[in-house]
Amino acid sequence: MANNGEKLFIKGNEAIARGAIAAGLKCYFGYPITPQNDIPEYMSAALPAVGGEFVQAESEIAAANMLIGAAACGVRSMSSSSSPGISLKQEAISYLAGSQLPTVIVNMNRGGPGLGDIGPSQGDYFQSVKGGGHGDYRLLVLAPGTCQEAYDLTIKAFDLAFKYRNPVMILGDAILGQMKEPVITWTPDEKDEKEGHDWRMCGAKGREGRILKSLFLSEGSLAAHNQMLQDKYTDMASYTQQEEYQIDDAELVVVAYGSIGRIVKSTIKKLRNEGHKVGLFRPITLYPFPSGDLKKLAEQGKKFLTIEHNLGQMVEDVRLSIRTITDSDFFGFLPGNLPTPDDFEGPILKSLGGK
Amino acid sequence: MSEQEIIAFDRADALVDVPTHYCPGCQHGVVQRLAGELLSEMDLTENTLLVTSIGCSVFLYNYLHVDSVEAPHGRAPAVATGVKRARADKFVLSYQGDGDLASIGMAEIMHCANRGENISIIFVNNTVYGMTGGQMAPTTMIGQKTTTSPAGRNAAKEGMPIRMAEIISQLGGTAFSARVAVNNVKNIRKAKKAMKKAFEVQQKELGFGFIELLATCPTNWRMTPIKANERIEEELIPYFPLGVFKDLTVEAED
Repeated sequence: MANNGEKLFIKGNEAIARGAIAAGLKCYFGYPITPQNDIPEYMSAALPAVGGEFVQAESEIAAANMLIGAAACGVRSMSSSSSPGISLKQEAISYLAGSQLPTVIVNMNRGGPGLGDIGPSQGDYFQSVKGGGHGDYRLLVLAPGTCQEAYDLTIKAFDLAFKYRNPVMILGDAILGQMKEPVITWTPDEKDEKEGHDWRMCGAKGREGRILKSLFLSEGSLAAHNQMLQDKYTDMASYTQQEEYQIDDAELVVVAYGSIGRIVKSTIKKLRNEGHKVGLFRPITLYPFPSGDLKKLAEQGKKFLTIEHNLGQMVEDVRLSIRTITDSDFFGFLPGNLPTPDDFEGPILKSLGGK
Repeated sequence: MSEQEIIAFDRADALVDVPTHYCPGCQHGVVQRLAGELLSEMDLTENTLLVTSIGCSVFLYNYLHVDSVEAPHGRAPAVATGVKRARADKFVLSYQGDGDLASIGMAEIMHCANRGENISIIFVNNTVYGMTGGQMAPTTMIGQKTTTSPAGRNAAKEGMPIRMAEIISQLGGTAFSARVAVNNVKNIRKAKKAMKKAFEVQQKELGFGFIELLATCPTNWRMTPIKANERIEEELIPYFPLGVFKDLTVEAED
């Protein structure tokens, strides 16, 4: 990593946009929706300035399908949106996964269901990690909690997309997108120019034509394709990442991700100062989910509380991880409100004091 | 080869030597052959990136010696936009049917044309959904019976058949828009000339090239291939007039 050391005070949305360009983004396709408009606005000026292509598509649907075309050419491509817009992109996301096309899709989660509001929420967890489109497929889902992490993970997302030939989602929310923090920028070492050379569309010179597709009609061929995808997802499972804070001697482990994980961390700092043995487990990869490390904590006899800015989604994956040993409490902070560290103090103390 | 043997007719290099899956009398094969001949004649095969779409035409990727990607239903113009933006140096060709382009994909085709994307789109209009079994399309004729218009298309309830070549010609980014038919030898020759124009405007970077081809679907029309050809002449062409509706090369040559 070549660290150029520039320290900027920027929004999470801009950190993502800058990270993508540092990663060698060639094509960005988007459609305005709050609270992620800073990303297409930044891209419209910055990407052409470095020789890339920016298209404001006629819809989220078109933007996601433009990704299919650019990703099929093996160039680094990205789109960003927020919840209702991500729903519109799901058709193309299923095709991207089925056709094994690497790309990065950003979702700055807002409140739902339906039009909801433009405030923060984590209501899109299921849609992101279980697949909002049709068929058996998985995305790699990365959930940054700070603007610096948003920058770093966006760069990482492109490498993962090409490593696994799979779409990668950056799942943030309106808090992360709209808050400003210092970010130290860096540019990765030059990327491999042969990236995708063995599968991308580039003109069938001196070889058979390549077909990038998700249609498999002859008997057994779809089964074989799905088995291959599943084997790939099994390989992905080894790639997990999380932040563990004050966890070694903790009696209660609070599991929370993204912006909420960060707010919970403030609550835990305060409770630690008061002598409570609580810690934070913040999954950074939501798919694959860090189940193995959670299970190890369960084996140590720790209690669990999952906190989310929704009505209970990630808690299902926490429970699946530790189900043979223990269970997890759940506290859901309703979308439509913005939580503070104080909001989580009561639920954490209640779980800590419970049986 | 002896002096007496003259090859008058052969398979173009761009065409893969396999049987096609089309029904007897279907003219997708004719259109795809024309496309293959043009790719060979214009020396474009190795430089072409193909976008295929949904329905009977999706298997075009099995019949042309080119790299290709499959688009979701109606989205081929958006996928082709992504391809061209990523690889402006390549010849980008897309191929859609009437349900794909004029119904579910109406937004994508209009905006792709309006942006003036330097791509060529082949639009096969056979007035019916073919692969799904003969349902009504936006181009289905008034009175035409389909599996979802069993009493015949009714303008009061279902609207009039949409004339795409004329609509596309009205958009600022369109460099060429024409309608042709492939129902007889004379029209097939004209069709190839028009397709060549649609390809040339891309090579000249003049903008969006669009070619609509009236073609038969004898199976879903419940007709013999000969009757189906007659239907194009007698019923379709009077409503869908043949001709060039926009051609920027004419202005460029002036």
